Amino acid sequence: MSNIGSYKERLKNFDWSIAEKELGYNEGEVINIGWYCSDRICELGKAGKTALIWEGLGGGARQYTFDDVRVRSNKFGAFLRSLGLKNEDRVCLFMDKIPELYIGFLGVLKIGVIAQPLFSAFGDESLHVRLDNAETTAIITQRKHVSKVRRIIEKSPYLKNVIIVDYDGKKPLKDREITFDMEEYEEPKDFEFFPTKAESPSVLHYTSGTTGQPKGVKHVHYSLVSQYLTTKWVLDLQEDDIYWCTADPGWVTGTSYGIIGPWSMGITQCVMDVGFSAENWYKFIEKHKVTMWYSAPTAIRSLMKAGDEVVKKHNLSSLRHLASVGEPLNAEAVIWSEKVFGKPFLDTYWQTETGSIMLTNFPGMKIKPGSMGKAFPGITATIVDTKTFKPIQEVGKIGLIAFKPGWPAMMRTYWNNETTYKSKFTNGWYLPGDRAYIDQDGYFWFVGREDDVINTGGHLVSPFEVESALLEHEAVAESAVVAKPDEVNMEVVKAFVMLNAGYVADNMLELNIMNFIRKKLSPLAMPQEIEYVKTLPKTRSGKIMRRLLHAKEWGEEIGDTSTLGDDE
Amino acid sequence: MEEIRDAVLEYVIEEYLEDEDEEISYETPLISGGIVDSFSMVSLKRFLEARYNISIPDEKASPEAFDTVNSITALVKEITS
Repeated sequence: MSNIGSYKERLKNFDWSIAEKELGYNEGEVINIGWYCSDRICELGKAGKTALIWEGLGGGARQYTFDDVRVRSNKFGAFLRSLGLKNEDRVCLFMDKIPELYIGFLGVLKIGVIAQPLFSAFGDESLHVRLDNAETTAIITQRKHVSKVRRIIEKSPYLKNVIIVDYDGKKPLKDREITFDMEEYEEPKDFEFFPTKAESPSVLHYTSGTTGQPKGVKHVHYSLVSQYLTTKWVLDLQEDDIYWCTADPGWVTGTSYGIIGPWSMGITQCVMDVGFSAENWYKFIEKHKVTMWYSAPTAIRSLMKAGDEVVKKHNLSSLRHLASVGEPLNAEAVIWSEKVFGKPFLDTYWQTETGSIMLTNFPGMKIKPGSMGKAFPGITATIVDTKTFKPIQEVGKIGLIAFKPGWPAMMRTYWNNETTYKSKFTNGWYLPGDRAYIDQDGYFWFVGREDDVINTGGHLVSPFEVESALLEHEAVAESAVVAKPDEVNMEVVKAFVMLNAGYVADNMLELNIMNFIRKKLSPLAMPQEIEYVKTLPKTRSGKIMRRLLHAKEWGEEIGDTSTLGDDE
Repeated sequence: MEEIRDAVLEYVIEEYLEDEDEEISYETPLISGGIVDSFSMVSLKRFLEARYNISIPDEKASPEAFDTVNSITALVKEITS
């Protein structure tokens, strides 16, 4: 029996207080995610239960009980307090998927400081822009990433402390650097967590838009209520489960469902911090007898590409339930997973701003491969017309996905950017920026993005950010960046580039530009293809018409070109 | 063969190794070891194509073929011979 039971029954008289009651929370009381995910689980008698099974590079392996997590997150909290960090300061977690990231995240939250997790593959510029926007006071990182911090620290005056969690003493520390070892640090006596309330800020995740710099999505401690219940009803975690969420906590899935969801339920989870290979992944599932697996379409399609034979070499019979997130899961992947694993991956739809799952395929529900499923109970979802922003009644008609604001995990604002936050709401609906339609049975079907943002491997990349970075390359005069279709990643970044005089459009220059972006922004933002052009299509007012280039890449109709001033 | 191997190793160290103290060999797993991610693999492929004036078909540019300096060297050798 699944946790949700009957979806139809759950829709009747739904109230978020179901989750509040299970969490023992009453309106107006203290609610702190760090405490809920560790101390409370211990108080429920699960102190000795395994919380984290971790495997890393070179055969590294560690395990922690919930009590270990409680004690070590307290150490993190006490240490940060000793540095003078106070309520609502921002602390960046800039680490690979090591235990210090998961446990440190809770430690940060426990003292009422805002956690700002950032993907450790980010380049210097991506890191700096995000720290600068949040005026982050401290960054917790590893030896291997400290060189990136050193390169930006001079232009980051607010960054007071660079905390290295795996210092080996071989090289001297530099200005503002300090070390912290969560094993060696003395356990604080009488540690008290900060009494955050429902609306106290908790996490700041950065996401990209079409224009402007990345936006810091502010979440609050009350998001726990959504994250707990969606984990329970959609991911269907049960007491004896061994859960594996493959997402990196540098992104929202990795915190909402890679830390908060499972640990607030007291569930054992596994983390593998090595690169992707089908063989390694199947070995990991087999070794740890993973029962619930939450992954991403890009990974699933890569596994499909690796073939069925490698699946047969492993005993994966422990798998009980599979789900997917990040970008739409194509029907072929759903059908394939049913064939090789004996169960389909259930697609879930949500985004950084929503904080928790919004549309989904539920355990026990009839699955239509390729569909996004239906709204989570308590979520009012519809499709609105792109011009009137009124709900579309017609079955199958494409419009914008829209949600009625008010669920617990919804973002509260964009950091220092209230104007853009407000622009996300029209006619009383929150618009995530995706187009879809609803079929005759009430299932949602994804169609595409409404804007130019590129969804590559489940991560959003801003064309504006890549174009801005390209302009800093000495050879680039002008550029336009669009999504290009990709079999595995759904979309990848493609750049059309006009060169400055004196530069030769050859392979070595292409490689040089690719590496420039990879190091400056991130591997995700690196153009997978660069096409040299003599001109770029622009409107008469001089704005680059990305939509023309996009249409060309996707083999679509070009549409109205009446404003075009200078085509290729 | 030796020239290719050393050139690839040098390029990987120069471009992808973040930890200055980390040492890698011809057999260190690059993709499955997390040193080169799947997105960055495209730039490694482009390096090989530009340096050796070859075209590596997509079906041959698998994570397995790019997983070690030795396997990359074998792939380049196969295409150039």
